[in-house]
Amino acid sequence: MFGIIASIIDGVLVGLVYGLAAMGLTLIWGVMDVINLTHGTMIVAGMMALYLISGALGISPYFTLPPILIGGFFVGVALYWIAVHRMMGRPPLMSLLSTFSVNLILVGLGTAVWGTALFNVEVSLPGLTIDRYTFPGPHILAAVLAAVIASLLYFFLHYTRLGKALRAVANNREGAELVGIPTTRVLAIAVGCGVALAGVSGMLIGTLFPFTILSGDGYQLKSFVVTVLGGFGNPVGALMGGVALGLLEGAVTPFVPVSWTLVIEFVLFVLVLIAFPGGVFARRGAL
Amino acid sequence: MTALLELDRVSKRFGGLLAVHNLSFAMREGEILGLIGPNGAGKSTLFNLINGVFTPNSGRIVFNGADITGERPFMVARHGIARTHQIVQPLTNMTVLDNCTVGACFGRENLPLHRATEAARAAAALVGLDDRLHLAALHLTIAGKKRLELARALAAQPKLLLLDEVLAGLNPTEIEHMIAVIRRIRDSGVTILIIEHLMQAIMSLSDRIVVLNYGEKLAEGAPAEVARDPQVIEAYLGDPKLAAALEGKDEGSAAHG
Amino acid sequence: MLCRPFFWIIALVVGAFVVSPLIGNDVQLRESLALAAVYITLASNLNLMLGYAGYINFGSIVFFGLGGYICIWLVDSNHWPLAASLIATGIGVSALSLIFGFGILRLRGPFFALSTIGIVEGVQAFVENFKPWGGSSGIYISPEVFAPLGGPGPALWVIYFLLVAVMAASLYLSYGIKISKFGLGLLAIGQNEDAAAILGVPTPRYKALCYSASAFLPAIAGGLYFFKGAFIQPSDAFDLTLSTEAIVICMLGGQGTVTGVALGAYLYEELRGYLLVSSTFSNFQLVIAGALLLVIVLFFPSGLMGFIYSRFPRLQKVLE
Repeated sequence: MFGIIASIIDGVLVGLVYGLAAMGLTLIWGVMDVINLTHGTMIVAGMMALYLISGALGISPYFTLPPILIGGFFVGVALYWIAVHRMMGRPPLMSLLSTFSVNLILVGLGTAVWGTALFNVEVSLPGLTIDRYTFPGPHILAAVLAAVIASLLYFFLHYTRLGKALRAVANNREGAELVGIPTTRVLAIAVGCGVALAGVSGMLIGTLFPFTILSGDGYQLKSFVVTVLGGFGNPVGALMGGVALGLLEGAVTPFVPVSWTLVIEFVLFVLVLIAFPGGVFARRGAL
Repeated sequence: MTALLELDRVSKRFGGLLAVHNLSFAMREGEILGLIGPNGAGKSTLFNLINGVFTPNSGRIVFNGADITGERPFMVARHGIARTHQIVQPLTNMTVLDNCTVGACFGRENLPLHRATEAARAAAALVGLDDRLHLAALHLTIAGKKRLELARALAAQPKLLLLDEVLAGLNPTEIEHMIAVIRRIRDSGVTILIIEHLMQAIMSLSDRIVVLNYGEKLAEGAPAEVARDPQVIEAYLGDPKLAAALEGKDEGSAAHG
Repeated sequence: MLCRPFFWIIALVVGAFVVSPLIGNDVQLRESLALAAVYITLASNLNLMLGYAGYINFGSIVFFGLGGYICIWLVDSNHWPLAASLIATGIGVSALSLIFGFGILRLRGPFFALSTIGIVEGVQAFVENFKPWGGSSGIYISPEVFAPLGGPGPALWVIYFLLVAVMAASLYLSYGIKISKFGLGLLAIGQNEDAAAILGVPTPRYKALCYSASAFLPAIAGGLYFFKGAFIQPSDAFDLTLSTEAIVICMLGGQGTVTGVALGAYLYEELRGYLLVSSTFSNFQLVIAGALLLVIVLFFPSGLMGFIYSRFPRLQKVLE
């Protein structure tokens, strides 16, 4: 019995990281109604950055967090200018295709260089042992870091000028422009933040599980499920959705072969959307 | 009189907001009923309820003897109800002719393609778009798009036409033209329910007026009576002298009310 | 339809496909054209959802792969004749697509697109665990199945002509739909689904019809393609690369046009053939496809046909 509860708690820890990843997706979605199909690949980029930087510099994996956060931001801004900027004002299907095509390019380059090799980052951290179950140290630290970054994002959105500008643009782009907010700059920053979050969550996931260049698809699907559970454009909802997903995974994985987990999550995704077309906690434009 | 359209205590709630409250009225075949009221009074919501875009929380909507409450929009269209939108919704990259053909194909008559094209041409001619049949909708002016919206609705040969602020954004000449078109449409046997803020126009066009305020019916009757109703004046028209002046104003003059 | 010039233009193209490899028994050309026919089939049918109704189907490969599996299973394990198997395959996959569609067609734009990927992953996961279909190892066809067709050599010619027939059917299907009332309704849905519904277009029924129509011919093509290769396994049958390429082809040629899709398929296949041979680029197939799609979406959203029509507007009366 405790085994299941422990599995669920562990799921919640990992779920916080999923929630962080989903925040990156939902931020971009909420601010400009763009679904970033490079999201999964950006998560993988974070994983690869973790592997390469900590390997090259021989430092603790967790010290790669700041450079990945900052680097991810600039990658996001570049992504905005390349694939998103011209899509503003066009039908949403077009931005879907443009981010999809960038994703193809990135995955193609990635597999050309690294193939389907499996990467693993060694992280040795003492765990927390209660009764017969040990909660792995990396899981706990990753959850804590995810919660910290999520709080920083919340603080940014609600207590800084730039954050408020972001929320204004999410709510009503024309109105925001009319009151003097430089919307293009804000949109670029939003994508920058979204990709930074994806990259950092990738870095954290990299400390938990092994990965390949192609792992992005699975984590992207998880981000979509979380977003649908937590509401589009709603970062707090994303975190809660992540916890919910982690909870579900923790409860289900002891009983079901791993290859079916994604299928179950996909079915969940479709069912939730059919029942709640705006996501479970839908509050459009309410960043 | 057998009503063509009958609303029986219809209500619609969005979360905490009661957009339409216990609304009842009936329309006779062949009449023009004007719907007026301040912004946010629930007029467009009412159209969306009749149309099937929203489902009422309570009440019934009966059209031509059939209960259409909660039916999907495309089924409502088959019954013979067509509408224009306050913010025009052209099928952007399709031509004027194709836009109207869609209306003719899938409206009440459910025509096959070649007959629908004929009906489309006729509808376009009625509003004066027959010189621009092969122009893509996105290249029309706002006035052109409004005409297209109307032509498309007409092409379906509806029994009931819902006009939502079809005069907004037009200059005086265009308004005159549109009013004449609306009269011609009624003369051809179509019943019209019209939302309009241009007081002159709606008062002179309508046989009867229903006034909405905060989702409820404030008054109903002939334009002259309604214009004199003190509650209506207070809620909407503002100035009693203006109300009196409206009664006597010539039709076709487009000074704002 | 017979009096329209475009009908005969399609016939001409199909005729070229039939006749040219026969001249001098050119097997290499036949194989190259067979692949082009597959691309044209996939892209034309994808175009029904993408170009007409405005719904991106990222996972159209699922029809192709399922078609391959059902056909091979019928022919190899159940000893059905090829023709009957192909027809049953088409009908079976179309019926299945209605079931999928019932779940996902009520989702709008991006959500529909994402669900189509999920469907592929779900079906692949299922097939990989489905023992009667060989699980993850797949199915090898025993060579005897080629006997009724005259042996392996002649069989390849029969299969080729059947593929061309499927291609022709795809082109005529997308043309026929485009000039029909059904097509008009689909185009209206693609422009503005809500407005279309208010105008009376029966959107749920039309979308379902379009989706299952877009499954029928690719399923048969899949049946032929994998039958020809005498082998099928999940990772090939449900490889998202092929449906991605179909999307690139539609956008390249001009979504919503029949000519554009055929042209785009042909051009893309040439490009791809060149890439695979060149040692520099063979690893970068996906990168090139992605870069191509990005350029098209950013700068030429109407594709090749959009460009051609803007230079020669008269052609719009003749071509579709």
